[in-house]
Amino acid sequence: MQNINQGLTDALNNWTEGVEKRLGKNPERKQNFVNTSGIPVNRLYTPVDIADTDYLSDINFPGEYPYTRGVQPTMYRARHWTMRMYAGFATAEESNRRYKFLLEQGQTGLSVAFDLPTQIGYDSDSEMAIGEVGKVGVAIDSLKDMETLFDGIPLDKVSTSMTINAPAAVLLAMYIAVAEKQGVPPEKLTGTIQNDILKEYSSRGTYIFPPKPSMRIITDIFSYCAKSVPSWNTISISGYHIREAGSTAVQEVAFTLANGIAYVEAARQSGLDVDTFGPRLSFFFNAHLDFFEEIAKFRAARRLWAKIMKDRFGAKNPRSQMVRFHTQTAGCTLTAQQPKNNIVRVAFQALSAVLGGTQSLHTNSMDEALCLPSEEAVQIALRTQQLIANETGVADTIDPLAGSYYVEALTNEIYQRAEEYIRKIDEMGGAVSAIEKGYVQREIQESAYKYQREIEQGKRIVVGLNKFQVKEEKPTNLLRVDPTVRVDQIERLRKVKSERNDNEVNNTLAALRQGAGGTDNLMPLILDAVKTYATLGEICDVLRGVFGEYQQVSTLGS
Amino acid sequence: MDKKIRVLAAKPGLDGHDRGVKVVTSALMDAGMEVIYTGLRQTPAQIVEAAIQEDVDVIAMSILSGAHDYLFPKVMELLKEKGVDDVLVIGGGIIPDEDIPALKQAGIAEIFGPGTSTEDIVKYIKENIKR
Repeated sequence: MQNINQGLTDALNNWTEGVEKRLGKNPERKQNFVNTSGIPVNRLYTPVDIADTDYLSDINFPGEYPYTRGVQPTMYRARHWTMRMYAGFATAEESNRRYKFLLEQGQTGLSVAFDLPTQIGYDSDSEMAIGEVGKVGVAIDSLKDMETLFDGIPLDKVSTSMTINAPAAVLLAMYIAVAEKQGVPPEKLTGTIQNDILKEYSSRGTYIFPPKPSMRIITDIFSYCAKSVPSWNTISISGYHIREAGSTAVQEVAFTLANGIAYVEAARQSGLDVDTFGPRLSFFFNAHLDFFEEIAKFRAARRLWAKIMKDRFGAKNPRSQMVRFHTQTAGCTLTAQQPKNNIVRVAFQALSAVLGGTQSLHTNSMDEALCLPSEEAVQIALRTQQLIANETGVADTIDPLAGSYYVEALTNEIYQRAEEYIRKIDEMGGAVSAIEKGYVQREIQESAYKYQREIEQGKRIVVGLNKFQVKEEKPTNLLRVDPTVRVDQIERLRKVKSERNDNEVNNTLAALRQGAGGTDNLMPLILDAVKTYATLGEICDVLRGVFGEYQQVSTLGS
Repeated sequence: MDKKIRVLAAKPGLDGHDRGVKVVTSALMDAGMEVIYTGLRQTPAQIVEAAIQEDVDVIAMSILSGAHDYLFPKVMELLKEKGVDDVLVIGGGIIPDEDIPALKQAGIAEIFGPGTSTEDIVKYIKENIKR
């Protein structure tokens, strides 16, 4: 507890009075300064604003509970964050080439983008897949494609993050099977599957099954990996997409951690001890425009999750209490107008993620409001991280903004407001029920609409969009996915099906169907199926047959 | 012109990005229009069916996944098959400029890209509905 003496309070009051007297003549730019979370931003922050903050219990040292200053004792002095660019498009072959390019450029981890049919459990020859094959990521139909995707990339040397949710178990099984073919045992695998279905219902849209069986698949993965793939991050609880869908920073923290609570509760109900799976939970946040708000957000999220895990769930292992997180700069802030300005936006956002203590980072490419990133744009984005790491000096000391009256006060404020939201969600019966009622979706879409109105009313300046516009030529030579990708992919799929042993496929799928109807862990059954080259679509169809499909709740209109 | 303008806001294909379509829906409703939002993952057939059932004046579709080149023209083709020619069809999302001529050729009246003001969409609809 800091001692605020009367002298300081009096001096501050005097100073404020003096300033306000002059406002008539020299008014400030705005009547009210407010950040995206609706938190008023004061003219000045002083020790008075953090008088109730206790260093040891609220902030403490890096690597010490509640981890406000970071999860490791040496942070970037030991090792920079992992530079991990999300990539993948067209075929496995083409994506494999992009990964090798990125590794040659000094990237330190892979991040796989799958196309929408893969993310929603359809093979490339499905009618639902027409127009979408290979568009927003790579098309994976069977183990064969996965073998091609990681051809020549040693899976014991590289960590891989896979943005896959509803069918995460299937893609993880394929990854394990590819590693086995490379002679790499599962215990040596490092990486992450996103596996966060709750934010798919509320924000991202690639759900398949209803919440209950989805939560079961997720806890099956927790339990399987704890035993067999111990270094794998079994989930990446994601605020990124909640923010992209339009939430504020406070809502991002609150809805993400509320989802986290739901996963922990589901796993505990299935009989798992919080400290067996807790250390493998990871997080994924957005780095948006408001620089200090973002830094405070990362710090607040760490403090809040640590307290939730310790106090609410009784986690004893420090690793269970830590928010280890990936960050991506905010795609929704990129403009199609004057796209080179996006390089600068991304740099500021990336800097906030580093000052907020991220474990890994994706920097967006300047052309992402227009198309898939070109190789040149990706290189500049990666160089932005390398510049921050190697030239700016910000990585040389830990959490350099701690003790800033503003950043600490804002950290406290975001913490309190997020905690308040979580209380409200608890009262609704938790995150699953809040999503089923449409509450989370409505909160997000109201924030998104407010943000858009502010831009259109000129209350929020977007450089190059509603101010400082120029007449410009439309960019050409955008990266396009070859429309023949689908045809080629269907041909490959046909070949795989003609070469595999159909009896084996049918037997493993029958076993999976039976397992899904019961309570067995599904991971070993899915692993057996992918090894026979059963396709992603076939496996998901079996599960659809048993579990049914999720129907979106309507949250618009009266 | 007393009858309210009726709009079907639709998400064709597998794309889950619905921030834009929801913002546009809210803006059109604030502008006095009646808007029916389909939700995610609509096939072209479902969209055309809904448009006919709801007797809308406008179909506003949003795609950010790159599948517009197949899905938008498919919707136009099905509308034609059903003999629907009095509905204004517009689109939005991440759609490269060089794709726009082909989409317009297929009958999409206008494409609204990133950074569009919702006021421009409201104005466009009011000036161009086919009744």
